[in-house]
Amino acid sequence: MYRARLFASRHARAYEVIYNATSPVILSTLRVINKITKGKLDRPITWFEKIIKGFLFDCQMCGNCVLSSTGMACPMNCPKTLRNGPCGGVREDGNCEVKPEMKCVWVEAWSGSAKMKDNLAIQEIQFAVNHTHQGSSAWIRLAKENKQII
Amino acid sequence: MDQACKRKQTDNLTMIIPEINNQAYTYRPGELLPELEGHISRGRFERVLRNGDFAVTAELAPPDSTDRNEVFEQAALFDGFVDAINATDGSGANCHMSSVVVCALLSYIGYSPIMQISCRDKNRIAIQGDLLGAGALSICNVLALTGDDVSAGDHPEAKRVFDLDSISLITLIKKIRDEGSFLSGRTITNPPQMFVGTSINPFVPPVESRILQLEKKINAGANFIQTQYCFDMPMLKDFMSKTVDKGLTEKAFFLPGVGALASSRTARWIKNNVPGVHIPDSIFQRLEGAEDQKKEGQKICTELMQEVKEIEGVSGVHIMAYKQEECVAQMVKDSDVLGGRKPWSPKDEY
Ligand code: SF4
Repeated sequence: MYRARLFASRHARAYEVIYNATSPVILSTLRVINKITKGKLDRPITWFEKIIKGFLFDCQMCGNCVLSSTGMACPMNCPKTLRNGPCGGVREDGNCEVKPEMKCVWVEAWSGSAKMKDNLAIQEIQFAVNHTHQGSSAWIRLAKENKQII
Repeated sequence: MDQACKRKQTDNLTMIIPEINNQAYTYRPGELLPELEGHISRGRFERVLRNGDFAVTAELAPPDSTDRNEVFEQAALFDGFVDAINATDGSGANCHMSSVVVCALLSYIGYSPIMQISCRDKNRIAIQGDLLGAGALSICNVLALTGDDVSAGDHPEAKRVFDLDSISLITLIKKIRDEGSFLSGRTITNPPQMFVGTSINPFVPPVESRILQLEKKINAGANFIQTQYCFDMPMLKDFMSKTVDKGLTEKAFFLPGVGALASSRTARWIKNNVPGVHIPDSIFQRLEGAEDQKKEGQKICTELMQEVKEIEGVSGVHIMAYKQEECVAQMVKDSDVLGGRKPWSPKDEY
C-alpha cells in the first residue's frame, strides 16, 4: 500500500529497531520449522511474507530483499527497478520521472536512510537482482543459507 | 595478442570509403596505442586526461539512416576541437543507429569514441556481448547510463528492460576488465580494456544525496564522469566543491556537460519534456532579451565552458549541442578552453 510504504521510509528509524529485534527471531523460527517440516511449509510461509511485506512496503517479492539498506523503501517500486540510487530524471518536486503522481522511491530511500542508525548501509553496492529468486521467500532463503536478514 | 597477427587483420580490412568534405579517409580499424604505465585503456581520451590537459568531448547524434557517411560528416564537424566523441544509445528513448555501430565506424577512422550503454534496452547477456564486440573494434571508452524511461520516447509501448542499473553496469564492466571473466565466472581470453565513465545529475532531487550517489559510482569503479546539462553554475560550483572535499576528484575525472539552447522556446520544451534538465530563470531571461536567440544560446554555452574550466577539480567539458553540432568547433574556439592545444584529427593523419 502506497501510504504504508511512505510511512515506512518516514519512520525508518523505528522500523530499523523493530527489524533488528524481530529478524533474528523470525530466522531462527524458520530454521526450526524447516528442520522439522523439511520445507513442506515453504508455500504458506512465502504467502505470509508476501502479505506482510506487501502491505508494509509494497513488496514485489523479488526474493533479493535489501530493505534495511535502502532506508526501508523497496527499490522494486521504482519503475526502472534501480537498486543503487535514483536516476537522473527525478522531477523538481521529488516525484518520479515515469509516474508523476508517485514520490521517487529513491528520494524516500535517501531520506529514510538518513534517519537510520546504520545510515551507511545505503552506500553498499547492490548488484542487480538475481531473477531466479523472483516470487520466492527471501526469509526462507536466508534461513536456509544461515544468513542474517540484510 | 600476437602483434604480427593483429597487423595482418588490420591490412585485410583496409579499404577506401567515398570522399567526405573533399577529404579521403582511410577506412581501417582504429589502432590501439601502446600500453602505458598507470593507464587502464589504450585509447587517446584517457591519455589526454591523465596528461592533465583540459579535455573536450562532444555528443554525436546517431542518424536515422543506414548511410555511414552521415556519421562521418557529423564527426568531421568536431575535427581538431574535440578529444572524444560520445555516441548516444537511443537517447530520450528514441530509435537511432546503435551506439556500438556508430563507435565502430568512428574507431575505424581513428577517432576516440565513447560508447554509451543505456540499461533500458539490454539485459546483462546482451551488454556483455556488446562489450566484447566493442573491445574487438578498439573502442576504449564506455559510458554506463541508466537511460531515460521508454515513456519519454517514440515507443512508449516498448518493454523496459533495466536488468541492471548504472552502478551494476559499472561493476560488471570492471569485473570483465579486471578479472577477465563474465558475470557467470566463465573466462574471457583478451578482456576489453575499457575506460569506464558514468553520468551524474547534481541538479535534481534528492540534491543533498547526489554527492553520496557519486561516491558510490566512483567506488563501483567509474573512471570519468560526464554530467547532465549544467546551466546553473552556482549549483555546479557547490557540487564540485563537495566533490573536491570528499577527495573524489583524485579518483575520477570530471567533465561537466554544457549545451547550446537554440531559443527560449526550445529551452522551455527541454525543461518540460526531457527528464532531469534544470534550466534556471536567468537563462530564459537572457535568451528572451536577445535579438538573435540562437547566437545568444551559443554565447551562453561558450561562457559556461569558460566558467567550467575555472572550477577546481574539473578535467574537461562535455558538449551536448543537439542539432547544432556544426557550431561546436566555433564555440570551443571562441571559449579558448583548449588554450592552443589541438586535439587529434584525422585530417592531420591522412
Ligand atoms: S524517478 Fe525515482 S522512482 Fe522514478 S524511475 Fe527514477 S529513480 Fe525510479
